[in-house]
Amino acid sequence: MSRTVEQKRALWAWLFLALPLVYFILVRFYPTLDAFSISLTEWNIVGEKTYVGLDNFIALYNDPVFWIVLGNTFEYLALGVPISLFLSFMVAYYLDQIRFGHGFLRACYFMPFLTTAVAMAWVWRWFYQPVPIGIINMTLGQLGILQLDFLRSTTQALPAVLVPAIWAGLGFQIVIFMAGIRAIPQTYYEAAKIDGAGPWQILKEITLPQLRPTITFLVVMSSIGFLRIFDQVYNMTQEGEGGPLNATRPLVLYIYKAAFDDFEMGMAAAQTVVLFTILMIITVIQLRLLRK
Amino acid sequence: MRLICVLIIGLFISTSAFAVEIEYWQYSYKTRLDAMDKLIAQFEVENPDIKVVHTNFPYAQYRTKVAASVAAGEGPDVVQLYYGWLGDYLSANLLQPLSYTEFPHQTIEDDFFAMVANMKVGDDYYALPTAVRSLGLFWNKKIFREAGLDPNKPPQTLDELVSLAKKLTKRDRAGNIVSVGLTMGPINQDHNWWREVLVRQFGGTPYNQNTTKVTYDDEAGLKAFEYYADFVTKHNASVVDFMDKGEIAFKAGRAAMHIDGSFVLSTFARARRLEWGVTELPTHNGIKANFSSYWVNGITSKASGEKKAAAEKFLKFITQADAMQLWLDEVGELPARKAVAGKEANFNHPEFGAFIRGLEYAHTTNFYSEAAQRKTVVDMLDRIVLLDMDVKQSLNIAAKEDQQIIDKAIKE
Repeated sequence: MSRTVEQKRALWAWLFLALPLVYFILVRFYPTLDAFSISLTEWNIVGEKTYVGLDNFIALYNDPVFWIVLGNTFEYLALGVPISLFLSFMVAYYLDQIRFGHGFLRACYFMPFLTTAVAMAWVWRWFYQPVPIGIINMTLGQLGILQLDFLRSTTQALPAVLVPAIWAGLGFQIVIFMAGIRAIPQTYYEAAKIDGAGPWQILKEITLPQLRPTITFLVVMSSIGFLRIFDQVYNMTQEGEGGPLNATRPLVLYIYKAAFDDFEMGMAAAQTVVLFTILMIITVIQLRLLRK
Repeated sequence: MRLICVLIIGLFISTSAFAVEIEYWQYSYKTRLDAMDKLIAQFEVENPDIKVVHTNFPYAQYRTKVAASVAAGEGPDVVQLYYGWLGDYLSANLLQPLSYTEFPHQTIEDDFFAMVANMKVGDDYYALPTAVRSLGLFWNKKIFREAGLDPNKPPQTLDELVSLAKKLTKRDRAGNIVSVGLTMGPINQDHNWWREVLVRQFGGTPYNQNTTKVTYDDEAGLKAFEYYADFVTKHNASVVDFMDKGEIAFKAGRAAMHIDGSFVLSTFARARRLEWGVTELPTHNGIKANFSSYWVNGITSKASGEKKAAAEKFLKFITQADAMQLWLDEVGELPARKAVAGKEANFNHPEFGAFIRGLEYAHTTNFYSEAAQRKTVVDMLDRIVLLDMDVKQSLNIAAKEDQQIIDKAIKE
């Protein structure tokens, strides 16, 4: 039986897709599903798993630190998403209007996205130090302003950790926003100008509504990003504990600690299930709201 | 052609000469790896029928790797572990008891420092150390001299420590501390200094005899922690985690005094333009105390038959006196055998001496979860410094959290 060209092509396509598919099933999907069953057990990574029903979830519910951690996670989300989107839109909007140095500026904004989070976190960790080594506090001192505690404060630490996280993601968001802005047909703007619309009106009536798919994409992506924040906290706090007094500890770090410090795999899996549920609910809500 | 023949024969001889191959695992730390390579080379000369494969992993992955591989019947025959992990390793069945005949209990108890008793569970010893560590007080001679003090007179008592720390703190015009009198790092070694040294010096004990109950939430514990927290809150002679880590501040010449373990000796020795000395921890009311921790070597449950015999030989070799002297010279970690530590050259050594002398009155903590229990002390200080909480209230919270960790571990 001879195959048609299309059949042969499809066969080859499947052949090439098979390898990543096997990878995804083995390394992604299977462990994801497995996490649900592990979350109902007590398991120290070696030895036998013991089934404990919903005990892990009940213990989580009664764990005061878990609620602090959950609160922190939402604080990262609630601060990170609007601030990063606002900043990246502003930059993209104005960057789009200039020609001179455009490429260079764009590269500057994109650079942090390519830099490893660990290296960046450590640089910022040193920025935030008190005198005599922290550059921010040294500058403040020279201006005669009292130094700030930053990472050694229960209230300032979380925003301080968030800043490099926002900065790192900015480049990606700017590029996506610019692509979105460029894709809006020029005819709309020309028509608006003829009708005598001002820049504010153009922004509100044309640019923003036209960017809806872009904004939806970025909101969903950055929400997932901020809910999964880890690298910055792990590298900017003492011994990666998410301190002081759990002030910066996000859920992912809590999962990591449960799994690889305490070897409580069941508990870690339960927390993972909680994170998964939160991510899914938030993403679904966002997609619903923004698609309309 | 002849060369190839020689090579083939050589290859044949070299592979067949080793009757047994055993694996030794430790975590990656340059000086330790080099020292162990030397020991293995010596061992293989003495025992040409045994080959030791030396494997190492970064500290962060070490525990997980050992646990996963031994459980799967792979991995090391002789393994290095932190003394505080023994409980975990035993409950996961990773280790086998040391045989009575090869490692007689009487000899262990006579020759090693007393803290090795922690390696005995039930009637069996499970592991032995090559080296132990203790705490010492480092001081910066230059800062002492600049303040008009005798650079060769470090503090002897806790009271002197306070008065010196106050005198040696440097501030800028705005009042910000730019060089601390004493470093404060509860997350580094200070939590051990508080738990096993200060609490005892103020007349208390950190835990009861078999470490099932927290006993530092009393008057002694309160005074001890007050003493510690006062360096920041009252004397204004320190900043918590100054320059990120006390070790860094001291190395940079920005700390007059610093308490740390013997393992930082090599770091400070390499620092140029740093004039420093190290002495025994300050006493209080005539009470001396110190904290000791150590890494031990045990035989894993997978070793059996001739591999087990080879593993026993190897373990004996790396815990004998000569190995300990080599370890001291190469790594700077202290000998676990009293005879080696007590040698004149070691006992009065200008750098190791202070730590070795500290071993005689050192205590070890029977940790259930080192990281979690350490965090209770870190948080205890943070509540006082950052939230202005009363010391007593903060101590009670810490004791309660610590007790929960212990209860949970015992239940399992």
